[in-house]
Amino acid sequence: MAEKFDAIVVGAGPAGNAAAYTMAKAGLSVLQLERGETPGTKNVQGAILYADALERIIPDFRDDAPLERHVIEQRMWVLDEKSFIGTNYRSDAFNSDQPNRYTILRAPFDKWFSGKVKAAGGLVICETTVTDLIQEGKKVIGVRTDREGGDIYADVVILADGVNSLLAKKAGFHGELEAKNVALAVKEIHFLPEEVVQSRFNIKGNEGVVIEIAGAVTHGMVGTAFLYTNKESITLGIGCLLSDFKKAGIAPYTLLEELKAHPAIAPLIEGGEMKEYAAHLIPEGGYKAVPTLYGEGWMIAGDSAGLVNAVHREGSNLAMTSGRLAAETVIALKEMKLPCTAPHLARYKAALDDSFVMKDLRKYKELPDILHGNPHFFSVYPQLLNRAAHTMLMVDGQDKHSKEKTIRGSFVEQRSLWGLVGDAYRMWRATR
Amino acid sequence: MHIVVCIKQVPDSAQIRVHPVTNTIMRQGVPAIINPFDVFAIEEALRLKDRFGGRVTVLTMGPPQAEDALRKAIAYGADDVILLTDRAFAGADTLATSFALAQTIRKIGEEHPVDLVFTGKQTIDGDTAQVGPGIAKRLGLQLLTYVSAIDALDLQGRTITVQRRSEGGVQVIQTRLPALITMLEGSNQIRFASMDDMFRSARLTVPQWNKDRAGIEDVSKIGLKGSPTVVSKIFTPKPRAVKAQMIGADLDASGTANAILDILGSRHPRLAQELGLIAP
Ligand SMILES: Cc1cc2nc3c(=O)[nH]c(=O)nc-3n(C[C@H](O)[C@H](O)[C@H](O)COP(=O)(O)OP(=O)(O)OC[C@H]3O[C@@H](n4cnc5c(N)ncnc54)[C@H](O)[C@@H]3O)c2cc1C
Ligand SMILES: Cc1cc2nc3c(=O)[nH]c(=O)nc-3n(C[C@H](O)[C@H](O)[C@H](O)COP(=O)(O)OP(=O)(O)OC[C@H]3O[C@@H](n4cnc5c(N)ncnc54)[C@H](O)[C@@H]3O)c2cc1C
Repeated sequence: MAEKFDAIVVGAGPAGNAAAYTMAKAGLSVLQLERGETPGTKNVQGAILYADALERIIPDFRDDAPLERHVIEQRMWVLDEKSFIGTNYRSDAFNSDQPNRYTILRAPFDKWFSGKVKAAGGLVICETTVTDLIQEGKKVIGVRTDREGGDIYADVVILADGVNSLLAKKAGFHGELEAKNVALAVKEIHFLPEEVVQSRFNIKGNEGVVIEIAGAVTHGMVGTAFLYTNKESITLGIGCLLSDFKKAGIAPYTLLEELKAHPAIAPLIEGGEMKEYAAHLIPEGGYKAVPTLYGEGWMIAGDSAGLVNAVHREGSNLAMTSGRLAAETVIALKEMKLPCTAPHLARYKAALDDSFVMKDLRKYKELPDILHGNPHFFSVYPQLLNRAAHTMLMVDGQDKHSKEKTIRGSFVEQRSLWGLVGDAYRMWRATR
Repeated sequence: MHIVVCIKQVPDSAQIRVHPVTNTIMRQGVPAIINPFDVFAIEEALRLKDRFGGRVTVLTMGPPQAEDALRKAIAYGADDVILLTDRAFAGADTLATSFALAQTIRKIGEEHPVDLVFTGKQTIDGDTAQVGPGIAKRLGLQLLTYVSAIDALDLQGRTITVQRRSEGGVQVIQTRLPALITMLEGSNQIRFASMDDMFRSARLTVPQWNKDRAGIEDVSKIGLKGSPTVVSKIFTPKPRAVKAQMIGADLDASGTANAILDILGSRHPRLAQELGLIAP
């Protein structure tokens, strides 16, 4: 006989785990299906964990979650071919009992989160791919898996199957992902002894440093790179828009190789043993690319709904929050004995609109278009900034006033005065 | 027919790394898998069950986490699983391991007599290939090692015919039941579990047996106490130093060729004789 559940969750990333855990804890019968061998085996993230989103789901997560380091210092670097200019922000205030950002490794983290789902009474089945949504007219009534006897039914299906959701596409919930709305990122983990990580970044115990990087390494493509410290390793990655990769004809791993060889980066990873290489897509279309989020008997959360804040490199927290809000919607409807019809599931959209998820995406809604139209943000400015710093720091007999004039001149020469003013205005509007 | 399959949970050796500084094996974060040889044993047992009916019980001795391996066995279609786990088993070598497993199989047999026991040929972490034979000897089972295929099973006549790989060829052997078979790799392909079995596996509470449940009274034969093996030293073997011999390039082509042949001849006199380089 076919099985039936209150809810089926597809995917065991942050969005799926948040949804499954929240519903299971509330006593609903929940089935979670994941195609990976264990939760996390297929997942890629930098990865920074933002504590707040998880705290609202598992308040005491710090007791047993596999966290690598808590972030006490953030560096922003703009690279030129040979140099970089940057800022550091480091504060002992980040060494509180409840730090707000951690580096994590997704494989152990997702496994831990999934363990919580099971402990809360959720049924988790891995190595099983959902191939189709079972629909009765427009209404989703279950899922079909790749296994014999694989039809399973539920009152509601939450899609948390990550970027480029084939299921949502197949069911016609959203269209083809556009190359300009998705970034391709590659990353490597380099193993280094704990003491080496600590001394290279001037940190103690579990303190951590993150470096966000822009500039010449992306060859003018819209994209950024990052370097995160873990307990015994360093994660290094770079990502650019898929459409730009296509146009430029450069392979992502070429960028990563160049990044690793850059004089600012090479000494930080020197002697490391490469342990893991991964490539993954990131939905970066922002607010305008968010698809319909619910319908008859279904909701969609996390990356599969395009909920990523590319400007701040936030994704997992939006995923967890959307998963939680979808789950809370189901719980509320069950309590009121209301069916999971589209009008009732509209509460999910309302809750998302009311949360930081949609508010932040709305705030930056013009940014993707501006970056597309203004490639010099990623080519000309990094060079100019580095050259300016170089000019100011060279003690070569030239007076400082003339140096400033040279710098101003170089900016105007590369980009007209009006261009500069326009850029400033557009950026201000897009991020205001 | 009742088949017992012994499996061991092992670290996925493909993912083990050696700490570059301390040279120790880093087990942390290395996923645990069913010993690959044992997967062939599970599948072979299931195939016999498909053909002849009966039940398959999968047994492992290990820490509580080893229940993941048994959960997987249920997903493949095993009927029952038993996790033999007790602090008293800790530190067991092959002697103590085969004693504990044999004793447990004897106990299992009291409820459902056992016709066949399967193990893998060897594990990928301990590598000794001693546990299967150790069990067979203790239980008085016919022992068939290095089995690559099962040709026939006659439940009335109580015989089994298998192909066994040996040095230089394949032996076809027939023996009496009950027997113990150690399976070779590559002999079959594990099945893709059905949705029903996935549900059974996800919902299963894995039965745990401690030493008392397994009917083990003599604690001097299990765990560290029952393990005479002593690890005196662990080290990474140095790669064999390959000595390269340099030949001067100041000779002409035939001179160089002769120089090489001379060296070959002095190192491999028989080859040289066969090639007629030197007189017999
Ligand atoms: C290089 C990189 C760096 C990043 N850095 C950060 C960062 O530092 N901080 C941050 O917050 N975010 C970061 N992100 C974004 C973040 O990783 C994602 O936003 C987040 O993982 C989304 O979670 P999710 O649960 O929606 O999707 P995923 O984590 O992708 O999970 C989806 C799951 O669904 C499963 N699945 C898919 N299809 C099926 C199917 N048909 N049947 C069954 N299972 C299926 C997949 O196997 C997967 O486990 C980064 C992303 C990348 C690529
Ligand atoms: C030199 C040496 C020192 C060791 N020292 C220690 C030690 O100090 N502490 C310690 O804990 N371990 C130790 N071990 C490991 C332990 O002896 C073995 O893991 C165990 O006895 C099984 O031996 P094996 O892995 O070689 O199995 P093999 O004999 O190669 O296994 C053959 C088959 O037997 C079955 N089998 C083996 N083990 C089990 C099991 N546990 N449950 C069910 N079926 C099984 C499987 O079907 C397997 O394919 C040591 C091993 C060696 C070689």
